[in-house]
Amino acid sequence: MNDALACAPPTPQTYKSSYKPIWCPGCGDFSVLSSVTKALAMIAVPPEKVAVVSGIGCSSRIPAYTTCYGFHGVHGRALAAATGLKVARPDLTVLVAGGDGDGYSIGGNHFLHACRRNVDLTYVVMDNHVYGMTKGQPSPTTEPDWDSKLSPGGTGVRSFHPLVIALASGANFVARAFSGDPNGTAEIIAQAIRHPGFSFIEILSPCVTFRPEQRDWKNRAHPAPVTATDDPARAARRIMTDDGFNIGVLYAGSRPPYPLGRTKVPVAVAELEAEFAL
Amino acid sequence: MHAIATKSPKAAPSPDRTAAARGASASLSIALAGSGGSGVMTAGTLLLDAAARAGFYGLMVRTSGPQIRGGEAAALVRLAHTPVATLDDRFDLLLAIDWQNVNRFVDEIPLSAASVIVGDPDEGAVPDVYTASGARYAPQPFKKMAKAVPGCWTNMVALGVAGALAGLPREALEAALRESWKRADEKLAANLAALRAGMDAAGGIDDVRRLSLREAPAGKRWLVSGNEAAGYGAIRGGVRFVAAYPITPATELLEWMAPALAKVGGSLLQAEDELASINMIIGASYGGVPSLTATAGPGLALMTEGIGLAVSAEVPIVVVDVMRGGPSTGIPAKSEQSDVSFAVSGLPGDAPRLVVAPTSIADCLETTQWAVHLAEALQAPVIVLSDQFMGQSRAVIDRPADVELEGRRLTAAANTPDYKRYRNTETGVSPMAIPGTPGVVYTADGLEHTEAGVPSSQSRDHRLQLDKRARKLLAYDYGERWADVEGDPDADAAVITFGSTTAAVREAVARVAAGGVRVRLLALRLLAPAQPERLAAALAGVARVLVVEQNHGAQLYRYLRSVYDLPGRAASFHRPGPLPLRPGEVAEAILAWRNP
Amino acid sequence: MSPRVRRKAPAANGGGAMPRTLTEFMAQALVMEVEAAQRYIDLADAMETHNNREVAALFRKMAAIEGKHAEQIMREMGWRETPAPPGKRVWEGFEAPETTPVDDVHYLMTPYHALELALAAEIRAERFFARLVEATTVETVRRAARELRAEEEEHVALIRAWMEKVEKPGPDWAHDPDPARYLD
Repeated sequence: MNDALACAPPTPQTYKSSYKPIWCPGCGDFSVLSSVTKALAMIAVPPEKVAVVSGIGCSSRIPAYTTCYGFHGVHGRALAAATGLKVARPDLTVLVAGGDGDGYSIGGNHFLHACRRNVDLTYVVMDNHVYGMTKGQPSPTTEPDWDSKLSPGGTGVRSFHPLVIALASGANFVARAFSGDPNGTAEIIAQAIRHPGFSFIEILSPCVTFRPEQRDWKNRAHPAPVTATDDPARAARRIMTDDGFNIGVLYAGSRPPYPLGRTKVPVAVAELEAEFAL
Repeated sequence: MHAIATKSPKAAPSPDRTAAARGASASLSIALAGSGGSGVMTAGTLLLDAAARAGFYGLMVRTSGPQIRGGEAAALVRLAHTPVATLDDRFDLLLAIDWQNVNRFVDEIPLSAASVIVGDPDEGAVPDVYTASGARYAPQPFKKMAKAVPGCWTNMVALGVAGALAGLPREALEAALRESWKRADEKLAANLAALRAGMDAAGGIDDVRRLSLREAPAGKRWLVSGNEAAGYGAIRGGVRFVAAYPITPATELLEWMAPALAKVGGSLLQAEDELASINMIIGASYGGVPSLTATAGPGLALMTEGIGLAVSAEVPIVVVDVMRGGPSTGIPAKSEQSDVSFAVSGLPGDAPRLVVAPTSIADCLETTQWAVHLAEALQAPVIVLSDQFMGQSRAVIDRPADVELEGRRLTAAANTPDYKRYRNTETGVSPMAIPGTPGVVYTADGLEHTEAGVPSSQSRDHRLQLDKRARKLLAYDYGERWADVEGDPDADAAVITFGSTTAAVREAVARVAAGGVRVRLLALRLLAPAQPERLAAALAGVARVLVVEQNHGAQLYRYLRSVYDLPGRAASFHRPGPLPLRPGEVAEAILAWRNP
Repeated sequence: MSPRVRRKAPAANGGGAMPRTLTEFMAQALVMEVEAAQRYIDLADAMETHNNREVAALFRKMAAIEGKHAEQIMREMGWRETPAPPGKRVWEGFEAPETTPVDDVHYLMTPYHALELALAAEIRAERFFARLVEATTVETVRRAARELRAEEEEHVALIRAWMEKVEKPGPDWAHDPDPARYLD
């Protein structure tokens, strides 16, 4: 590669592939894609050193729309695949992406344990309170009284609060963002990537097709009135009492991340048989 | 393996167009295409509805691009005087409101020189991929015509043109539109006017095959999808609990059942994933309530462990697998028959289970009902192999007859002395205690167990329970439903198939028979357990068989060879989705096989 | 007597930091054009994927126009490359005033709607510069803001004229009789 190119600082375009997203016009995910590319440009990591791992759903289509390595896995298991990748290849920057159905429903179990394990990953959930790709069923963050064909009259089940769960399970960085604020979201993503351990960002990203009323979110989203804390108890109290639209980094802790070290000088394989010898 | 290699279908030889256009035709195939908001799916549904009112039968298959809304789409309709369960080799008419990305559907809308393409000249030229067929082009300015009727929608004009070209009576088309109308009345008037304008304009296009009008068939008929029919069959069979997780193309089955179950006193629970769904229905069934879930390949894979639990603990459940393109995430919105191997053998351990497969949209009802009945009677899991083609397509069918087939579980009477849940019996079915019944309390277990249900690692217990669980399925008399045996009883060759390919094979067999080639047809409905005696009887006098299926690995062929002694040399004609098998290619395969 | 409530005058930049030098201001103006152009391109792509070619073409035109404005600024300032973007939160809302919000589009929108969006964007930009003219204390900035404001006024007039020539959408423009489709 010629030196001039190698030295040119990356722009967001560096990270955007030529594939046109199939998202409905108006979808918040377009902005999230833009924020991700902006964040990567801020960090200036080469695209080939970044892996974007996703599950199944509209949001999970994102890897192919970047110029990074991508893994479009099965429904709900992106965090597991990403964990394996990061532990095996600590040199890579690993981003995990998906929606609320993929992440909090079928992916719920893996979510809990990824927060506990605190591997250095950045997990971005594009939350639109619905299963978009399968045509509009309630997701765990859907309001209990939202009518749909699969759960007529509403599920009647209290919606899931991912930020509190993340905090209680041990995530090292917890933030909320809004797709309507692409620059702010880009800042948060960049911060999350830089922050060691498991960074979780819940990005409110309206679904223009199945939840058109979410256009109102832009009037409700606002910067959080407080700065990030490193005290989990204080963060928990704030998150449990906020209006669901506080944007910003809510918790940035200092729990040591999952150790990714390798033995400096590996022994030769043959040395392992010593214990069997008679 | 003796596989038939067939060439890709060629265009039919060019017949005399006028002769083909004149007079009655056996069936008529119409494709309506367009993009973003053009409403071709709705128009196709109304066309089918109108045809039904006029006394025809029909089938409508939908296809579209990858967008959730606004993408290119096509409604593929086939009409006839007798029930339609497969698409034909060619379309007689392709009507496009616009051409944006409609070339994507070229493989799904095969045309010939006898076909007619109707398009809006203001929407650009017909794509080369369609004109290459030699089909004739008749312009129709749909958009202009729609503009001339303020407040109407373009797809109504197109519907009028298509309906009139098909020979449907005006009253039928107007009635279909009126009955479907859910909005303000003024708009209805405008759209009726648009419909009429379309019908009038159709007169200017000739040389299109038309169906002759006949008296409407007596008897009640339905317009229904395979998913809906299966849901209703489940309820008829006695299902009152469903755990659901959305997955293409099964979601509509679950969405149909949600309010339906509530109406009959049952309930549907949306689960967090398929692991939860399968375990939820096992729990509900353990409690005595016939239960079901529906999914597709990836979901079935997740349910594997649960199905094994149902086998071992002998809990009746029904899992409908609406098969789609595989493997893994595969091709979610397209059909394929590639879960056969997994369904018949995909469980750890020696785990016998039942696998049934409906042969058409209409058959989805009775076969699902039968599945519930079998699950309850045999206290075992039943996998119903439906597929996207049947599940998401709509057809006009004769109202399925009521059948006496409700799930009946052998239950334990209260205070049965020396009650043993897994007692060995001659049939292999042990009376099942339902929670709440005194004196017969037990613990169900996935662990191997004694007859009393106590966990055991003893060889004697393992052997007994394995024998019992196998015997209960093998000893059962499945009756005539196990397969449809048709065609020439004196033929020495037989074609074996299952599921949605049945209709195409049936038509192919009829075509070759008209040409003097005699073949028997065996459409399997019960795939597992194998029925050696019945198969031998069905194939008496047959020297060779051809297995036809829609998958890449010839899964049914391999399975049949592994569990049956097939006569002579068994051959396979198979190809994967996403395109459906057509009668013409199956007929070619049969002829090639008979005259190598 | 009740204590005097000191009312804080609303920040002229709506809470955002005001540019202190001409260079800072022109950098902001450049970002406005660049982000507006990029947004039009993204919207054009989305429209094209959904078979709305007319609106896609119109958005691409808009993108080209914004691109030209950006080039003009670079020329005037003698910049060879785009300078570093402004610091945190210089805009009143979440995004720059000339950027069309992502959720203002609809897959069935008509060219008239697209022009409405462009018009709204130019009006927002004009208002932004107007407020800056009033609020800034830096003379070079005021002069530049005045010029840019005048240009935006021209753009507003141009778009209005354009809209006269374009067919207005009927009441049913958003009607799609077909349901949404499943994919995964």
